[in-house]
Amino acid sequence: MGSRASRLLREEEIEEIKKETGFSHSQITRLYSRFTSLDKGENGTLSREDFQRIPELAINPLGDRIINAFFPEGYFVLVIFREDQVNFRGFMRTLAHFRPIEDNEKNKNPATEPLNSRTNKLLFAFRLYDLDRDDKISRDELLQVLRMMVGVNISDEQLGSIADRTIQEADTNGDSCISFNEFIKVLEKVDVEQKMSIRFLH
Amino acid sequence: MVELCSSEESDSDAVSLCFQSLFFVLAVLFHFSQRFTTVVPESCMLILLGLVLGGVVLIANKKQLYQLEPSLFFLFLLPTIVGDAGYFMPARLFFDNLGAILTYAVVGTLWNAFCTGFSLYAAKLLGFIDEHVQAEMLDFLLFGALISAVDPVAVLAVFEEVHVNETLFIIVFGESLVNDAVTVVLYKVYISFVEVGAENVQTADYFKGVASFLIVSIGGTMVGLIFAVILGFITRFTKKVRIIEPLLVFLMVYLAYLTAELFSLSAILSMTFCGIGANKYVEANISQKSRTTVKYTMKTLASIAETIIFIFLGISAVDKSKWAWDTGLVSCTLVFILIFRAVGVVGQTWVLNRFRLVPLEKIDQVVMSYGGLRGAVAFALVVLLDGEQVKAKDYFVATTIVVVFFTVMFQGLTIKPLVKWLKVPRATNRKPTINEEIHERAFDHILTAVEDIAGLQGYHHWRDKWEQFDKNYLSKLLLRKSVYRKSELWEAYQKINIRDAISVIDQGGNVLTSARLSLPSMASRASFPEVTNVTNYLRENGSGVCLDLQVIDNIPGAKVEEDMETHHVLAGNLYKPRRRYQSHYSRHFMPLGEQERQDREVFQRNMRSRMETFKSTRYKRHKKERSLKKVRRISHRNKRDSLSLCSDPVVVPVETEDKAEHSDPEKDEDVGITFIARKAETPKQRPKSGKTSLSLEGCQIPLLPPPPPAPPSPPPAPSSPTSEDSHLPWKGSLGSPPPCVSLEATKIIPVDLQQAWNQSISSLESISSPPAPAEPIHPRVSALSRLGGPRPASYTPPGSAAGSTFSIGPQWQANQHLSPEPREVSLQGFLIHFKSGEATKH
Repeated sequence: MGSRASRLLREEEIEEIKKETGFSHSQITRLYSRFTSLDKGENGTLSREDFQRIPELAINPLGDRIINAFFPEGYFVLVIFREDQVNFRGFMRTLAHFRPIEDNEKNKNPATEPLNSRTNKLLFAFRLYDLDRDDKISRDELLQVLRMMVGVNISDEQLGSIADRTIQEADTNGDSCISFNEFIKVLEKVDVEQKMSIRFLH
Repeated sequence: MVELCSSEESDSDAVSLCFQSLFFVLAVLFHFSQRFTTVVPESCMLILLGLVLGGVVLIANKKQLYQLEPSLFFLFLLPTIVGDAGYFMPARLFFDNLGAILTYAVVGTLWNAFCTGFSLYAAKLLGFIDEHVQAEMLDFLLFGALISAVDPVAVLAVFEEVHVNETLFIIVFGESLVNDAVTVVLYKVYISFVEVGAENVQTADYFKGVASFLIVSIGGTMVGLIFAVILGFITRFTKKVRIIEPLLVFLMVYLAYLTAELFSLSAILSMTFCGIGANKYVEANISQKSRTTVKYTMKTLASIAETIIFIFLGISAVDKSKWAWDTGLVSCTLVFILIFRAVGVVGQTWVLNRFRLVPLEKIDQVVMSYGGLRGAVAFALVVLLDGEQVKAKDYFVATTIVVVFFTVMFQGLTIKPLVKWLKVPRATNRKPTINEEIHERAFDHILTAVEDIAGLQGYHHWRDKWEQFDKNYLSKLLLRKSVYRKSELWEAYQKINIRDAISVIDQGGNVLTSARLSLPSMASRASFPEVTNVTNYLRENGSGVCLDLQVIDNIPGAKVEEDMETHHVLAGNLYKPRRRYQSHYSRHFMPLGEQERQDREVFQRNMRSRMETFKSTRYKRHKKERSLKKVRRISHRNKRDSLSLCSDPVVVPVETEDKAEHSDPEKDEDVGITFIARKAETPKQRPKSGKTSLSLEGCQIPLLPPPPPAPPSPPPAPSSPTSEDSHLPWKGSLGSPPPCVSLEATKIIPVDLQQAWNQSISSLESISSPPAPAEPIHPRVSALSRLGGPRPASYTPPGSAAGSTFSIGPQWQANQHLSPEPREVSLQGFLIHFKSGEATKH
């Protein structure tokens, strides 16, 4: 598998991915071998089923949402067009959200915001809630995620009151939804850079 | 001074004890003097006090009576501090930084110990250290081992006042706790080497040393965890004997310490891990009162122990017979420990940063190097040395004292300015909001999933595995069933709600009622979307109050019942009339005179109790029957109220900012207060059932007359015949905003009350009245209120609450009117109906 991986992954492709995502060469090849091992169809793309085959994701309460996040068009589009394949570029682009922010990246010019910026990390999380992609988390959407994250032991009413409170706390313009700006605002004191980063092996 | 005079009598035991208590009092007083302790850390003060005290005793007795006895220290003083530290250790933070902590504690301490030992030996060979210091290499290594460990007591004492950010604190503090294993092992190994003599030590012994390190550290940890499991398991069954819960916690944690000590394992590690491990389960199992007791007792004991340790350190230093001075040794030691600490920290951080998600910055490293405080553990260990075998013991004692004093006093004093000067990020004493709770939980899930997808078996992967295990087995075993079923998220939510409620209460009494009504125990109500809760209130009020509620802030709402208890406690507080009038409370009202304020409070209380009764009745029995009964009770109680209320409706307009915008009350769905309470009086002979509905019908009758088209006018019925009006407490404020209800207060809607009321009203309306038009009721209400005759009850359709009308419905005799069986039921009811902004509009 490893030899096949390196065969299929051309140098210029690596360079492009490197530029786009900020991953190092070795990280890219390492992740590529992971990609190919996930790719049971061996067609250079991952399907939803490929992700679903990862055993740990099956027990992750947000697993399906996170799988969705790898398919950039959004859930509804996917349902309609059935275009549920993601290539290595897309795979890496999504993973790049979780790369820790390094010192030399902090002062980069804001126009070319890297994928792992604070805003993009938050946007990733926000999209998990925002199913219909209207850039608002409605009460229902929040409730769905909450239901995923809590067990069955908590009643609908309790969950509803949590959701209400969450929205009230975040909602500044009174539309009973959490917009992305409100989402950023409510998490402004959280160390998102740390809490939404994982360490990729070098 | 008195002390000096009395100390001349040489019954010194009592005298010195007397001093000591006096100084303890002084120490406590220093604690209060904020300005003083912000400059001088308490530990420095205590040591100075100890020095003075020791001096006085020495002058009085010519010999030192008190010493920091190692047995006292290790058996009693140290465990209280470590127990407190372990039990209240922020576990997540600790395990997040476990790698760094372990590295600094093990590698760092070993590095410090060996380098200091060897360097001192080198200094001795080079002649920097006096000939009198009879020490071989082993002695210096031994000394290096005991002097190199960062001391948990000193670190806690100094860092708690400095408030550096959590990560920095947990790394230094965690290191100081965990390095105990290293210190203990090194100390014991060297002692045994010294005993057998350096020349008899074989290579195998070194390996034994390494092995014993593993045994001591891992064994200590295991003992702690075993006791944690036992403790959690026991507290699962203490529901009937709440009183022993705190005692159990103390005993088991202490037992963990003693057991480890018994087996020569690392007692500090054992206790720390017992505390960390048990905390989650114990806190969930034991009652709120026990939690508070545990917390306060532990904190109190720990501060007492800390005070004693530092004072004793001061006292011991005065005792000249115990130590011998050598400038070379002292200065060399000081220089070496500072240098090697700094070098060690920088070197390890360089390695660690390659693996850390958030690298430790340079300023962090400076603070960590500088924060390597030595303390009482080193002192106790050096005093424990056998003078026969370690010839240079006296020199070592002196050096240790100097090192401890230097680090605690000089570094302790200067670390605060240093931290300020370096702009080290400070800790924010902030409680997470519900949003942060939820989203951070989501972040964890996301990261775990991404690690799984990327095929990394990273930290999140393992943490998730652990959480699965904990949820599936440990929690099942160690948590009460009722607790186990609760979701953490729900508990966090309840915690936050309670916290908010309390801060509202502490803020002032005006919103007591409302705060109470939105407490999470009434979850059923909270599911109505229009509920506005306390946070919202706080936000709208622009008051970011978050009082430090140390006592209540970590309630993991263990059970609904227990929470209900808590709420009742809160409710008890709520009933107290507030003494202070806080004008910032309501931006709409002018400050009122003393008399009016009093009236307002009385009114508020009455209202609340009415609502209370209404609510409870509703929950327990059939609601109509109930409300009548309760209402009767209340009206008995509050004679004065009912008297004053009985004759006339009072409509008090409230100025709302947005009144202008709301021309149509019906369209305003979101603003409302609707606060409906009702009082009724029924004859004693009232049949239990059947009649009740009649009485309610009676209530409704006044509604029946079709609304006069005239627009309602805010001032309360100038035409109203009653003379009692003048007695109404709030009468004085008629036409001006009612003193008792602020807009904010009314934001919080007792929805179920409102709905119940509306239901009953509408049903009655349909039964007993000429078809009531579905048109807006408000005009009618206010119009009616101007009519002298049949007293209207105001009726608010749900959701139409807009503006603030504050109308107190009249108490009226239902039987005078149209009700089918009026004689049986004489109902005096009134309706209190707040509506914001409405009246003013008209």
